[in-house]
Amino acid sequence: MSSSSPLSRPGSFSLIALALWIGLMVAISVWMAGQAQHWLPVQASNAAPLVDGLFRFETGVGSFVFLGVVSVVAWTLLVHRAEKYDESDAEPIEGNTRLEVIWTVIPLVLVMAIAWYAIQVNTKLGVLGPMEHIHPRNAQEELGGYLGDRLPAEQVEVIARQWSWEFRYPGRNVSSTELHLELDRPVTFRLVSEDVLHGFYIPAFRLKQDVIPGRAINFNLTPTRVGRYRLRDSQFSGTWFAANQADVVVESADDHASWLKQGAAAPLQSGLSPAVGEYADRQARGPAGWPTVVPAPPPQVNVPGSNSLPHDA
Amino acid sequence: MTSTALVPEPLPSWRRYFGFSTDAKVIGIQYIVVAFFFFLIAGLLAMIIRGELLTPASDLVDRTVYNGLYTMHGTIMLFLFTFPVLNGLNNLLIPPMIGAPDMAFPRLNAVAFWMVPVFGFLLIASFFVPSGPATSGWWSYPPVSLQNPLGQLINGEFLWVLAVALSGISSILGAVNFVTTILRMRAPGMGFFRMPVFCWTALAAQTLQLIGLPALTGGAVMLLMDLTLGTSFYRPEGGGDPVLYQHFFWFYSHPAVYVIILPAFGIFSELFPVYSRKPLFGYVYVAVASFIIVGLGLVVWVHHIFPSVAQWMRNLFMVTTMLIAVPTGVKVFAWLGTMWRGKIKLTTPMLFCIGGLINFVFAGITGVMLATVPVDIHVSNTYFVVGHFHYVIYGAAVMGIFAAIYHWFPKFTGRMPYEGLGKLHFVLTFLGANLNFLPMHPLGLMGMPRRVSSYDPEFAFWNVLASLGAFLLGVSIIPFLLNMISSWVRGPRANHNPWNAIGLEWLLPSPPPEDNFGDHVPTVISRPYGYGKDEPLVEHQAEIERALTLAEATR
Repeated sequence: MSSSSPLSRPGSFSLIALALWIGLMVAISVWMAGQAQHWLPVQASNAAPLVDGLFRFETGVGSFVFLGVVSVVAWTLLVHRAEKYDESDAEPIEGNTRLEVIWTVIPLVLVMAIAWYAIQVNTKLGVLGPMEHIHPRNAQEELGGYLGDRLPAEQVEVIARQWSWEFRYPGRNVSSTELHLELDRPVTFRLVSEDVLHGFYIPAFRLKQDVIPGRAINFNLTPTRVGRYRLRDSQFSGTWFAANQADVVVESADDHASWLKQGAAAPLQSGLSPAVGEYADRQARGPAGWPTVVPAPPPQVNVPGSNSLPHDA
Repeated sequence: MTSTALVPEPLPSWRRYFGFSTDAKVIGIQYIVVAFFFFLIAGLLAMIIRGELLTPASDLVDRTVYNGLYTMHGTIMLFLFTFPVLNGLNNLLIPPMIGAPDMAFPRLNAVAFWMVPVFGFLLIASFFVPSGPATSGWWSYPPVSLQNPLGQLINGEFLWVLAVALSGISSILGAVNFVTTILRMRAPGMGFFRMPVFCWTALAAQTLQLIGLPALTGGAVMLLMDLTLGTSFYRPEGGGDPVLYQHFFWFYSHPAVYVIILPAFGIFSELFPVYSRKPLFGYVYVAVASFIIVGLGLVVWVHHIFPSVAQWMRNLFMVTTMLIAVPTGVKVFAWLGTMWRGKIKLTTPMLFCIGGLINFVFAGITGVMLATVPVDIHVSNTYFVVGHFHYVIYGAAVMGIFAAIYHWFPKFTGRMPYEGLGKLHFVLTFLGANLNFLPMHPLGLMGMPRRVSSYDPEFAFWNVLASLGAFLLGVSIIPFLLNMISSWVRGPRANHNPWNAIGLEWLLPSPPPEDNFGDHVPTVISRPYGYGKDEPLVEHQAEIERALTLAEATR
């Protein structure tokens, strides 16, 4: 399909103008890549800088592609509009094999480069820890404790329910509905669900793992910033899905040790479960909406914690 | 199918659109009108959703109601608007474009259509059963979809699964028909590489339906059995695997996105040449790229469930997903090449094509971001994904559908749509869609999950913008409806080729007779889109056009 008419040679003025325009687009794309960091929550885990780097890169490349396409469209609309009352056809250019090869190969190289970068990030994330390990949840294991007990990582069992999050610190005799983690210390979660699918998602950590009933999933991460963050259920879990949130507190080693110590001494009490309160209100108001699954009773924990304090992300 | 004369028939009586007709052109309009009826319903549901999300608290509707609304919005928009409206366009366009008198199996065609109001009724009826409608999203993942708090046999989820299975059967019947018609009923001389790209994309999309739908339908039947008969295909407590359903579901439902977007690509490929007065740039490559998309589209489904699968699957499916950017990029560049040095006319259909092209490029870029696993792990199941696919479906596919409706309206109604109202419709749609769907991206990046009926106050700003955009989109449909109704009733009469376009359908009277060319199917002698080449598309083209013009002058 190289039967196209000879393309007129651009003059040096238009070449310079084009080069300037491309330079401007590159500059805007680089600026956008820098802006992209501000669209994301604060970085609070060792995974976050890696994920954010990839996202900034993609934003830069994507901005350039988008600006390029929009520039061509804008140019054709400015320059190649039909004159009023001009009903004639344009010059019949049917294709250009060289151009078609170029615009196949360049995107191919580009997306494969992005994929390569992403696989590098993936591999690093796997080495850092957040590579989950799935195994059937069986009674023997529940009685016998965890293989991971020999690792230096802190162990936390996460129990997802309709609609509350419960965190247990095995060997410490502490349970809570607020997740407390030690700064810069790796943690291994054991994620289980008592009912339906849930999503263990902490935006500030850039990490997410589906919690699947019938399976226990080991999941590792290392928090890197002191603060209070949100854990959100990310896999639709029914009526109070939106309210199924918990706070994550990352604290220094000393604070964490004293929190565990105080927790172990505290008596068991009802943990946080906004769904239970809303359900009670709903019942008191009389019939509203459609029938719903009744929320599980609030977990009995040593430390209920809070979900109404200001959070960093 | 008895009339053979090449004279325009009197405008058909409106009554035939309300009965069981086997005429593809009647069925096509039936599909489109029914689809837009459901579009208005699902659009109304979207308005209520966006009303609830105007404020952080769950304060407009009960949470169960919210969950039912978003579930039904997605289900109705996909199964009762997008697929039916595209099948309507297939019915209207494929036979005239390839010179066939009708579809290959006209009665099957009618049966496939009449299933749409049946499962539409089932879905709407689910609002009125005691359990309320399905509330677990259009994915309907078990085990949450299997929870049946009232324990009744006839519940919203039951009706939902039934409707989805019927929709699958209807789509399979349609796909058999479209594929057969395209393969077997083309005009003499119309080899595959003389076929309009819309037919190429229809063939590709319907092939995907035939391959993918059995997986969804089978998965849905097992869900129905788990729900109703107490089997444990997906129930973890009985040894079932809830993730298995996700594979069945996405094995079809990712290709379903291509079933939706490929015809939009076909529409863009038809319309850019007409309104740029130039041949489609790289026709053969654009045509073949549709089938590359089919092949790749079948091996990417796991990218929807990255947070629930093992690491090795993540890298594999990331690479296949990234590769899809290449054939789709080819198409985008071909449209730019078509506009380049053309003589562009900014008619309503062309405006919708350009708007759709820009939205699609944006959606493609966020699509590549979503394909890369580390970014996807952060934004999957957040509003970033909601924004992405609304750019694909509303920003690109629905814009393409509007372009097609304005472009082919004169052909099938014999009346011209009004340009002023059409352009107003375009401006409101383009602004509304971008105002609605762009703010969803920052929300997702900040960590707002999708499907929530309440959210933390830091998300309020972007949600208010999105809701305003949604209400603007709601308003945008008013000029469209006004235009369609008023121009159909009393718009200026259209001649056989008001856009001066090249294609077999433009060598038929407007509206075409019931059997299109009848016994006088012209022989195709050149490729489509021969703008500026001064060579006829078919033998005896000048005589055919003279006869049409003469008949129009004397009517």
